[in-house]
Amino acid sequence: MKRRTLLASAAMGLMLASGAFAQGMDKVKACFVYVGPIGDGGWTYQHHQGALAVQEAYGDKVEIQYQENVPEGADAERVLTQMALGGCNIIFTTSFGYMDPTNAVAAKFPDVKFEHATGFKREYPNVSTYNARFYEGRAVQGHIAGKMTKSNKIGYIGSFPIPEVIMGINSYYLHAKKANPNVELSVVWAFTWFDPAKEADAAKALIDQGVDVIASHTDSTAPLAEAAKTNGAVIGFGQASDMAEYKDGPRVSSIIDNWAPYYVKRVGALLDGTYAQQDAWEGIAGGEVEIGEITDKVPAEVKAEAEALRDSIAAGTYHPFTGPINKQDGSPWLAEGATAPDGDLLGMNFFVEGIVGDIPQ
Amino acid sequence: MDIGGINPVILIATLMASAVPILMAALGETVVERAGVLNLGVEGMMVIGALGGFVVAVHTGSPVLGFIGGAVCGAALSLIFAALTQIFLANQVATGLALTLFGLGVSSLGGQGYNGIKPPPTGQLLPDFLADLPVVGPIVFGHDWMVYFSILMTAVLWWVLKSTRIGLIIRAVGESHEAAHALGYKVNRIRLMCIAFGGAMAGIGGAYVSLARVPQWVDGITAGAGWIALAIVVFASWKPWRVLIGAYLFGGITVLQLNLQVAGSGIPVEYLSMAPYLITILVLVIMSAGRRGKANGAPASLGQNFHASR
Amino acid sequence: MFRLEKRPTPSKFWLYATPPVAVILTMIAGGILFAAMGKNPFEVIRTIFWDPIFGEFAFYLRGQLLVKAGPLILIAIGLALGFRAGIWNIGAEGQYIMGAIFGAAVGLAVFPTESRWIFPVMVVAGAFGGWLWAMIPAILKTRFNTNEILVSLMLVYVAETILAKASTGFLKNPEGMGFPGSRNFSSYPAAQNGFLYEPLGLHWGGVAALVTAVLAYILLTRHQAGFQIKLAGQAPRAARFHGVSPARLVVMCMGISGALAGLAGMFEVTGPAGQISIDFNTGYGFTAIIVAFLGRLNPLGIVLAGFLMALTYVGGEMASTNLGLPDAAIQVFQGMLLFFLLAVDVLTNYRFRLAVGAH
Repeated sequence: MKRRTLLASAAMGLMLASGAFAQGMDKVKACFVYVGPIGDGGWTYQHHQGALAVQEAYGDKVEIQYQENVPEGADAERVLTQMALGGCNIIFTTSFGYMDPTNAVAAKFPDVKFEHATGFKREYPNVSTYNARFYEGRAVQGHIAGKMTKSNKIGYIGSFPIPEVIMGINSYYLHAKKANPNVELSVVWAFTWFDPAKEADAAKALIDQGVDVIASHTDSTAPLAEAAKTNGAVIGFGQASDMAEYKDGPRVSSIIDNWAPYYVKRVGALLDGTYAQQDAWEGIAGGEVEIGEITDKVPAEVKAEAEALRDSIAAGTYHPFTGPINKQDGSPWLAEGATAPDGDLLGMNFFVEGIVGDIPQ
Repeated sequence: MDIGGINPVILIATLMASAVPILMAALGETVVERAGVLNLGVEGMMVIGALGGFVVAVHTGSPVLGFIGGAVCGAALSLIFAALTQIFLANQVATGLALTLFGLGVSSLGGQGYNGIKPPPTGQLLPDFLADLPVVGPIVFGHDWMVYFSILMTAVLWWVLKSTRIGLIIRAVGESHEAAHALGYKVNRIRLMCIAFGGAMAGIGGAYVSLARVPQWVDGITAGAGWIALAIVVFASWKPWRVLIGAYLFGGITVLQLNLQVAGSGIPVEYLSMAPYLITILVLVIMSAGRRGKANGAPASLGQNFHASR
Repeated sequence: MFRLEKRPTPSKFWLYATPPVAVILTMIAGGILFAAMGKNPFEVIRTIFWDPIFGEFAFYLRGQLLVKAGPLILIAIGLALGFRAGIWNIGAEGQYIMGAIFGAAVGLAVFPTESRWIFPVMVVAGAFGGWLWAMIPAILKTRFNTNEILVSLMLVYVAETILAKASTGFLKNPEGMGFPGSRNFSSYPAAQNGFLYEPLGLHWGGVAALVTAVLAYILLTRHQAGFQIKLAGQAPRAARFHGVSPARLVVMCMGISGALAGLAGMFEVTGPAGQISIDFNTGYGFTAIIVAFLGRLNPLGIVLAGFLMALTYVGGEMASTNLGLPDAAIQVFQGMLLFFLLAVDVLTNYRFRLAVGAH
């Protein structure tokens, strides 16, 4: 209790000193907490690109600070407190596991804005959450996969069985199936976010079983590299970043996590005084999910269809989860024409009908 | 010929390649430990080798030079360990762990700017018509040259340790450094060279990850392979051919469990992903139970520093 | 040329002088590294070593030192007992995870009952979980002569898989919207390991660490079992003549280190970490091995080593955020510190002599 008041008053003092009031600020210190190194080439790399974009956009008016490799839990709480004490005005916590530490620290620093990625808890007025609708990108990938597969076997390398990943698998499968009713999906769980050698092994296992289109929800380019060894027989997609180095090889498209628009917008709002708490879940329309260039390996009409799909999602005329959709066990989920409520998606813990295999529970 | 939806030929061919990093690092560590030194810094040396190999290969365009670069970097890092433990007589366990920390840090600093680059490919050694033969093609002929090199190294080390004078000296130093010293061998100098060799092998193993297994550079690319290599050395009772068996067993089960997932075996995924570790333990228990009462083959001076008092 | 000469008795002076010397050497070498990266070396080093203890925000960071050092000390003391007896438990990380899972499972099973008995039972369950996980290599070692290094290390990976399963399955928060991770203990007072005295960062884990250090010191210096441990490590054959049963020693040392690691995990999950999650473990079990040796396997030395490690973590983080140093530079710096500490330690038992002529 004692520390809480102590911290609050210390923060208060800093706030007053830096002249931070609700009606806009002259200068913002924006801080980022990363779960991996900025050189991971995937998740953290993309967040850092967003941070750099903020610097680019506002120049002298912002100061950027970041901390790499912050373990979730107690260490995150300490790093967040240090940042808040050190005068950060807005702190972006870029991994799901920071959810509770973010809220706990936010309680102590009511004048610092906290932005938590991919979570749902906003226990205090200074906590906002943001996420990207990656499943929209998965729909486009699924369509390409369904059209492009010759063996009718497509694969997906999952990291951990969490809603985020399951949502992606379902969206990928539904659209592959729509494009090609004979398609079968194999899911491999790597039980890791990042282990290039294991990801390569997982891709190899899929290829050995006759899979010729691979999507992945782990962080490295290893699955693409493995696909590249087949001399064009197997294709795949870039994940998190564009992975453009495989453009002349197996990469036919990609999902790019583009956090820059959101970060620029939020820091800008703080600068001009329009900042308000929110729960942002943007997708292709908001620019957070970008579909990387579809290469010439994809026939022109498939490319056109995929782009049309992308545009209809962006325009809001089509939702990737539109009924009728049954759950894996055959029980109905979405009725004809109904679209999935966000709550269902965020907590998704079931496969849709047609996917073989169980989700590890 | 498929068993439960899995083609054993492809499985064996795959595991041979995926076991190379662990195999190379474990072979190197075997020599180090046979000389009586426990270097727990394998992971650090591997990751430095992965970066060094990658950088050299990218700049020279030659994978062969890349692997040599990986070996040099791994050996260079191991010399820190060698200096600390052989000259300053520092504790080997702690120094090895510190080496891993240091190696991960240095590689991450040095690797900035190398993300998203593709290295030159490490090609298949033998012509296609051989690799296309049924069964023997993929298993025997279809690999890149490092796979053959790793097997060759296993044989060479087996021969060196077993039947050469160098091997005898290394083993003497590892079994009883006092006696070896009394015989006039320079214990610390021999150990230093073994450590450097171990570093080079770990570096090559790491370079295989960044040049052939995954072809790319990202921070922490070896993702714990060095720890598995350490375990494999123990598993193998410090014998080269058993290191090969251990690496293939571990690599094989890892590949098999992923294949079983794809094939839809119905075995819960979490048990499958534990399987490589559990089965390695199980096999070791069976092997060591057969030799109950006897020593488990660890070099007698393992982990102890030596200082010549005279 | 210089050569080493063994001292007849360890130098009392260097025993206490080596750590500061090593720290100064690290500051010089690290300073060069930071200068080469274009940072002001004095500022960086002040941020790492001075600011967490005496700087502007020391009122907060001082407490964090114990939060960080507590689990390291607790685990390292258990490991040190085994290391002294020549028993190599490398898998404390796994025992730490299992302790956390067992402790948390007991607490979550009775949620939301409020009773003052819950937390003590969870403590016992946590220690039991770690003990149980350590008993696997111990029993395999005594029954089948299976190498404990391999088994304990491999069991870390198994424990990590169980942890993933716990956070996505059997311990998942039913109100967590399907997200992985258990309930947070901060909203369950009966099972929470809250701060006893916040400015010092003192929670039950810190208390346990410090008490254990004292008990271990007494055990090693005053008790028969401590004598047996030391004897078994220094002269295994003599130990057998003295009636020390190697099997019993293995079971005891592995059991103690496993239980202590389990306790550390349990205190962490119910306190600072707050919940079971996929990435709950952050390498305390491995870092503790370094801490054990830095502390020269002596309980009181381990306490100091634990705080020094904690300081480099907390200060390193500050340097990284505030001065924009890459995290990797901090890792390199930590590695250097360890190298210097280990290297200058030689002066305790040896001295450098100018070798005249050939040796």
